[in-house]
Amino acid sequence: MKISVERQTQRLEFRDKQRAESLVACLAKICDSMAEPVSIMHVCGSHEQSIARFGLRSLLPSRLEVIMGPGCPVCVTDMPEIDSAVALAEQGIVVTTFGDMFRVPGSIKSLAEAKAQGAPVKVVFSPQQAVEVARQSSGQVVFFATGFETTAVATAAVVAGNPPENFSVLSAHKYIPPAMEIIAEMPHRRVKGFLAAGHAAIITGCKIFEDFVERHHIPVVIGGFEPLDILAALVMILELIRDGKSEVANAYPRCCTAEGNAQAQRLLWQVFETGDGVWRGIAHVPNGNLRLRTRYASFDAAIRFADKLAGLTCGVASGLAAECICGNIMTGIASPTDCRLFGKDCTPERPVGACMVSSEGACRIWHEYGGHLLAANEDK
Amino acid sequence: MCLGVPGRVVAVDGPVAHVDFWGVSRRILLDTVDEPVVPGDYVLTHVGYAIRRIPASEIGETLEFYDSLVREEQADLMSRDVKEELGAAQQS
Repeated sequence: MKISVERQTQRLEFRDKQRAESLVACLAKICDSMAEPVSIMHVCGSHEQSIARFGLRSLLPSRLEVIMGPGCPVCVTDMPEIDSAVALAEQGIVVTTFGDMFRVPGSIKSLAEAKAQGAPVKVVFSPQQAVEVARQSSGQVVFFATGFETTAVATAAVVAGNPPENFSVLSAHKYIPPAMEIIAEMPHRRVKGFLAAGHAAIITGCKIFEDFVERHHIPVVIGGFEPLDILAALVMILELIRDGKSEVANAYPRCCTAEGNAQAQRLLWQVFETGDGVWRGIAHVPNGNLRLRTRYASFDAAIRFADKLAGLTCGVASGLAAECICGNIMTGIASPTDCRLFGKDCTPERPVGACMVSSEGACRIWHEYGGHLLAANEDK
Repeated sequence: MCLGVPGRVVAVDGPVAHVDFWGVSRRILLDTVDEPVVPGDYVLTHVGYAIRRIPASEIGETLEFYDSLVREEQADLMSRDVKEELGAAQQS
């Protein structure tokens, strides 16, 4: 299958070429010593960006597969959540949100389409900017919040920081550890190890994965985002798999610690609690959503505007959207290039699925950099 | 969106740090960092907040990677994400 690629994969110039070569040789050696091919899953859009941008898959041994899991918070936001934000905007409430979320289709339309039809929607780069919009407005302003725990900390900080009364949060924040549980419990799981996202672990600490590795007998290694960081983390995961060790290891010690960022955790859990919810295309994820605690109910848009959201019926995906396989892509069952729509009916300009919208979505990233096909065909 | 970006702390004014990112100065909020931050430190920032102090002695590797993304002439997906992070904080 020929795919359209907006930009060629960067030819990787390693800062330390010798180290890179030795890490790659190490990966090959461990793979050769193992009886079966190995699949490792990462759960972060930024990891996928780095892997695809620098063509890292072209360096991996053929028996090692690195796949992206549910690592795009915008992509897993459920359609009814987007429909709620659209409904508020269409009733005249100013809705602010990040650029990626702005363009994700709900069951009927995206916030971008609602704005084109006259609804008051504004793109912001931070929760603080959403608060500024509220300060300068006499009407109600909602921040439609998306992101994993790293980003939820910033939302928590503005909620805890006495925002103006006309400000509220419609939280679509997600918490990544419970989604890893879903992947680990999938029948016929081929994933043998996880590369965990370094910047989420800065907040929560590496220790958070200790129960998980024990319960599922699967190693987790926390990794940074530079090509050498990723290769080093992969070596660590392969070693643990080879040795049959279910452990947590930290391959990003210059940023991550065992305990994490205690101050950020305090803020996060002061404002948010986990709740059950559907992750788009994946599953009902117990404790996978972050919702505002009761004591911050006055800043919870879902409560403040319950009357405006009552009776909201979510449409069912139809037409091309019914063929979208984003769910299988985000659970690592399929690759973007397995999708019939990829690069043809579904492009960044005219996205069908959420994975083609967000800069952290696997489809958007592969469309830009070429995913594994380009990597496998070039310079091998 | 989970990619924090490092910058060098130029001055600290209570809960706010003035942080230099490749010659551009931004106001970064310190409510979310768990160590005292002083001028000369680097902080990893995300959507306008510092989430980790990185001592200057350990910043080399990290900085070089972001350097290559920020100096990229033709913006691509990843370098755009990094530049958006810089847009998340107010100018100072």
